[in-house]
Amino acid sequence: MAEAVAVDVEGGPAVVFAPRSRVVEGVRAYGLIAAMWLRSTMAYRASFVMTAVGNFAATAFDFVAIMLMFSHVDVLGGYTLPEIALLYGAAGTAFGLADLVMGSMDRLGRRVRDGTLDTLLVRPVPVLAQVAADRFALRRLGRITQGLLVLGYALVTLDIGWTVLKVVMVPLMLLSGAAIFGAVFVAGAAFQFFAQDASEVQNSFTYGGNTLLQYPPTVFAKDLVRGVTFVVPLAFVNWLPALYVLGREYPLGLPDWVAFLPPVVAAGCWVVAGLAWRAGLRAYRSTGS
Amino acid sequence: MRLYAVVAAGGFRRYATYRIATVAGVFTNTVFGFIMAYTYVALWDERPQLGGYDMSQALTYVWLGQALLMTCAMMGGGFEDELIERIRTGDIAVDLYRPVDLQLWWLAGDLGRAAFHLLGRGIVPMLLGSAAFDLALPASPGIWPAFLVSVALGVVVSFAIRYLVALSAFWLMDGAGAAQIAFLAGMFFSGLLLPLNLFPGLLGEVARALPWSALLQVPADVFLGKHTGWGLVRAYGFQAGWALALLLAGRLLQSAATRRVVVQGG
Repeated sequence: MAEAVAVDVEGGPAVVFAPRSRVVEGVRAYGLIAAMWLRSTMAYRASFVMTAVGNFAATAFDFVAIMLMFSHVDVLGGYTLPEIALLYGAAGTAFGLADLVMGSMDRLGRRVRDGTLDTLLVRPVPVLAQVAADRFALRRLGRITQGLLVLGYALVTLDIGWTVLKVVMVPLMLLSGAAIFGAVFVAGAAFQFFAQDASEVQNSFTYGGNTLLQYPPTVFAKDLVRGVTFVVPLAFVNWLPALYVLGREYPLGLPDWVAFLPPVVAAGCWVVAGLAWRAGLRAYRSTGS
Repeated sequence: MRLYAVVAAGGFRRYATYRIATVAGVFTNTVFGFIMAYTYVALWDERPQLGGYDMSQALTYVWLGQALLMTCAMMGGGFEDELIERIRTGDIAVDLYRPVDLQLWWLAGDLGRAAFHLLGRGIVPMLLGSAAFDLALPASPGIWPAFLVSVALGVVVSFAIRYLVALSAFWLMDGAGAAQIAFLAGMFFSGLLLPLNLFPGLLGEVARALPWSALLQVPADVFLGKHTGWGLVRAYGFQAGWALALLLAGRLLQSAATRRVVVQGG
């Protein structure tokens, strides 16, 4: 059978970059490439609307399953439906934001295999920005919308004694959570420099982590909770800040102030992910195909 | 017949080539298995005997779902992307010219794929799951072959659905929309997220009658010993009935589609 050769249309706009800081350069490049993909998506508006709705529905079924569970029980792991909705909405929104910005990172393994990564290496633009912005897909707004709706439902239904700190905590949680997930995306992509066929391992930390955080920590075994607090610090995405907002006990008997750590943890994750990315990029050998 | 056996073996070998991907997939199935198993423990702690399952049966259901996810292609995947691409590019015209039956050709390849995924991505998560949780493995040895028959029927139903999805590309040109709807329906109505026994009222009745329940709910219930004797025959009948109906629909759609094919010279 004649295999159709996929011709990947590489279309980064040819822009000459003035020497600036790598970060500024990266962000600028990201913006340009993302804008290009945005224009190409918007050429087929009906298709965009359909895929965005599909994206919304795909994630909504998760929550429908949780609602079906609650048609049989009043609490799950000691938490009510609105409380779980807060955890779910926060994790879903944070993950959705990371997915919108960095969601293409899991294609890296394929690029290494088919050799198209080489074309990115010769451009005078940071590789990370190019890989992250590749096929920037606005349809992922569907996932964010779904997360925000569930979060909104939770905030309206729950009877929370709001304080200034709790109000600040909500946006802080979403942004730091997105940053933590984003770092996981980068670290996972770095891993794919070594194991090119292993995008599913990355998915189990990103999508799997998101699924895990949709449920309260009381549901899971202590060791698992320890793992996602101290090893891959996903607990800081939503569990710890959301439990502060809810005024519920933290897992593992952690002190009160850990709820305010997410920005610090996110920064730490990015340092680690950045180092992993560099190590991966250095170790890269082209397949030569 | 020999030809289709060779095609099936080719399908098996093709997926067996991706060893690292298989290991990575096993890892993912295991991670999701653990997450879901804990949520089911919380659910069954609250309501023992929910849906007619006890705790260990519910946990077995979770791990069966992970083990069969790729085998029965509940969320899609496998041949349909390739077939859609061949329809889009027009390569399908070459396929139609070949002295083989198009539907049987793809079915044979998909059965080979399913056999590989059952071995490669089914057994290890199941073993890891049974090491960590108390699972309800079949008491009588006769259940194992009965289960395998049910899985095979499930694979055929799954194939027949995905074949219809792929053929829609003849009219839609872009199969992405139909594939996405099939992905959603497969994920939800196969019982992957939650056993269909737990779906309330009319939604439950409809869900259990739809073809997707042949992919996971029926094989899992066979494994758990819920269908024996005539009940087993009825379960097989349900799966085989959907398989035949959907394969036949695929045939009809195929002959309608091939009348549309215009071979451009060149």
